[in-house]
Amino acid sequence: MTNTEHMAPKRFIPSKAVGRTLLYVLLIAGCAVMLLPFAWMISSSLKTEADVFTFPIQWIPSSPRWKNYQLIWEKVPLLNGFKNSTILTICTMVLQITTSSLAAYAFAKLEFTGRNFLFLAYVTTIAIPWQVYMVPQYIMMASWQLTDSLIGIIIMHAFTAFGVFMMRQFYMGIPNELLEAARIDGLSEAGIWARIMVPLSKPAVATLAITAFVFEWNDFMGPRIYLSSTSKQTLQLVLRLFNTQYSSNYAQMMAAATVALIPVFILFCFLQRYFVQGVATSGLKG
Amino acid sequence: MTSIQKTRRPGARMHLKREITAYLFIAPNFIGYMVLTFVPIILSFVYSTFDWNLGVYKAYTGIANYRYMFFEDLDFWKVVWNTFYYTIGTVPVCLILSLLLAMLMNQQLKGKTFFRSVFFFPYVASLVAVAVVWMALFNPDKGPVNEILMSLGISDPPRWAGSAEWAMPTIIGLTIWKQAGYYMVVYLAALQGVPTELYEAARMDGANAFQRFAHVTWPMVTPTTFFVTMMLIIGTFKSYDIMYVTTQGGPGVATKVLAYHIYNNAFVYNKYGYASALSVFLFAVVLVITLIQFRGEKRFTNYL
Repeated sequence: MTNTEHMAPKRFIPSKAVGRTLLYVLLIAGCAVMLLPFAWMISSSLKTEADVFTFPIQWIPSSPRWKNYQLIWEKVPLLNGFKNSTILTICTMVLQITTSSLAAYAFAKLEFTGRNFLFLAYVTTIAIPWQVYMVPQYIMMASWQLTDSLIGIIIMHAFTAFGVFMMRQFYMGIPNELLEAARIDGLSEAGIWARIMVPLSKPAVATLAITAFVFEWNDFMGPRIYLSSTSKQTLQLVLRLFNTQYSSNYAQMMAAATVALIPVFILFCFLQRYFVQGVATSGLKG
Repeated sequence: MTSIQKTRRPGARMHLKREITAYLFIAPNFIGYMVLTFVPIILSFVYSTFDWNLGVYKAYTGIANYRYMFFEDLDFWKVVWNTFYYTIGTVPVCLILSLLLAMLMNQQLKGKTFFRSVFFFPYVASLVAVAVVWMALFNPDKGPVNEILMSLGISDPPRWAGSAEWAMPTIIGLTIWKQAGYYMVVYLAALQGVPTELYEAARMDGANAFQRFAHVTWPMVTPTTFFVTMMLIIGTFKSYDIMYVTTQGGPGVATKVLAYHIYNNAFVYNKYGYASALSVFLFAVVLVITLIQFRGEKRFTNYL
C-alpha cells in the first residue's frame, strides 16, 4: 500500500502508475458502497410495488411512477412533519448559537471568579451521553407540562456544552488587543460581543449551526419519547409512521425516505465545507 | 487619604461590575445547562435508589434496584453482552476503515472533495430513512443482497435482521456504513497535520511504505486514535435508536442493548427507579472509558 505517498514524482514510473490506479479503484469501490443504497432507494421510489424487488435490479424504471411521490403526502401528515421539524431546528439552532457564543465570550475573554471551575464543569460533562439522564430529565419536563410540546424539545436541546466549548476555542484565537482598543473607544462588553466577536466568528457560527441542524433534523428518539400527538410529530416520526403503517409498500416507503433526505442533501451540497469543518475541529483537540 | 479612597472605591465597583457582566454572559447557557443536564445527572443517582413503578412514587429502597439489575433481571446480562458484541463488532472495523480511507484521501487526488462528500454523506443522512433502505436491501426473502448472493450460488443466504445470529451483524454493518465517513474526516484532519518533512526524512533513511506507516503515520495520529476509539465506544454504548428503527431489539432480545433497556424500562414499563439504576450503570461505563482514554493518551501518545 502506498498510503503515505505525499509527493508523486512527475516522471512516469510503472509501479507508481499501478499504485495510483489501485488507489482510484479502491476509492471508487468505496463510493459505490456508499451510494448504491441511495441509488436503489431513488430507483425503487419510481417503481410499482410489483417491480421493486425484481432481479436483476432494473436501475432505471422503464416507466417511472411519479405518482408514488404524490400519494405519500396523502397517506401521512408529511407536510406537517416538515413544518414541525423546521420550527424545531430553527429555534434550537438560534438558541444554541446565541447562548453558546455569549457564554463562550465570557469564558474566553472576561475574567471572573470561578471561571476555570465553571468551565471545567462543562468540559467534564461534555462526554456524558443523554441516555444517562434522559429519564430524570423527562420526569422533570413532564412535571412542567413540557412533554408533548415542541417547546419542551427546544429547551431540552438549546443549551449545549459542545457549543460553548467550540465557540470558546474560536474566540481564544481573537487577539486581546482588538478588544482593548474597542474598550478604550468606549464600547461596552455587550457591544464588543455583538460588533466584534459575532461578526468575526462567522465560520464557528456556521459550523455550530450545521452541527445543530444535522442533530435536530435527524433526531429520532427525543421526539419519539416526548411527542405523542400526531399534529406535533416531526419529519422523522412521520417517516417512521409511514414505514410501520405501510410496511409492505416498499416503493412508497422509498419515496418518503427520498423526500425526507432532500433538505439535508441540498444543504450538504452547498455547505459541505462547513459540515466537514465541524467534524474536523471537534476531532482536533486544543 | 481621601484621594486614595476615591480611586479605590470606583475600582472595586468597576471590578464588581465586570464580574456581574461576565456572569450575565454565561447565565443563559449556564442556567439552562445546569437545570436540564447537571441536575438530571444527579437525579439519576437519586432516583436509582427509589422504588418507582408505573409512575407512582413508592419509597426509598437503597440498593434494591442494583441488586435486581445484577442478580434478578434476566435480560440485563444478555443486554450487556449484546452491547459488548455491538461495540466489539463496530469499533475496530470502523476505526481501521476510517483510517484507511483517510490515508487514501490524504494524497494528491482528482475529485478529492467529491470523494470526501460521498463518504461523509451517510453520516448526515437521516437514520430513519437509511434504516428502511438498508432493511429493504437486506430483506431475507426478496432483498437485492440475497438475490445477488443466490445468483452467486449461495443457496441458503443469511436471513439478516430476521435471524438471531445475523441481526446484530446487520446492524453493525449499517453503523459502520453510516459512520466511517465521519471518522475518516477526523483522521484526515489529523493526517494533514503531520509534517511532510517526517516522511521525507523517513524516505531518505530508506523506509518503505509500511515502515513509513508504522514509524511516522501511526505514532503521529495516536492522539486521534484514542479520541476516535473513545468516541466510537461511547457512541456504541449509548445507541439504541438504530435498533429501534431496524429490529426493535429483536428477534427475541438478540439486538436489545443497554440504552434500549433503559428506554424500555422507563418509557414502556414506566419503571423509573430501575431505569435510573441502569442509567447509572451506563454512566459508570462511560466514566471508565473516559478515564482509560485519559490515562492511555498520556502514556502512549508519542509526540515526536
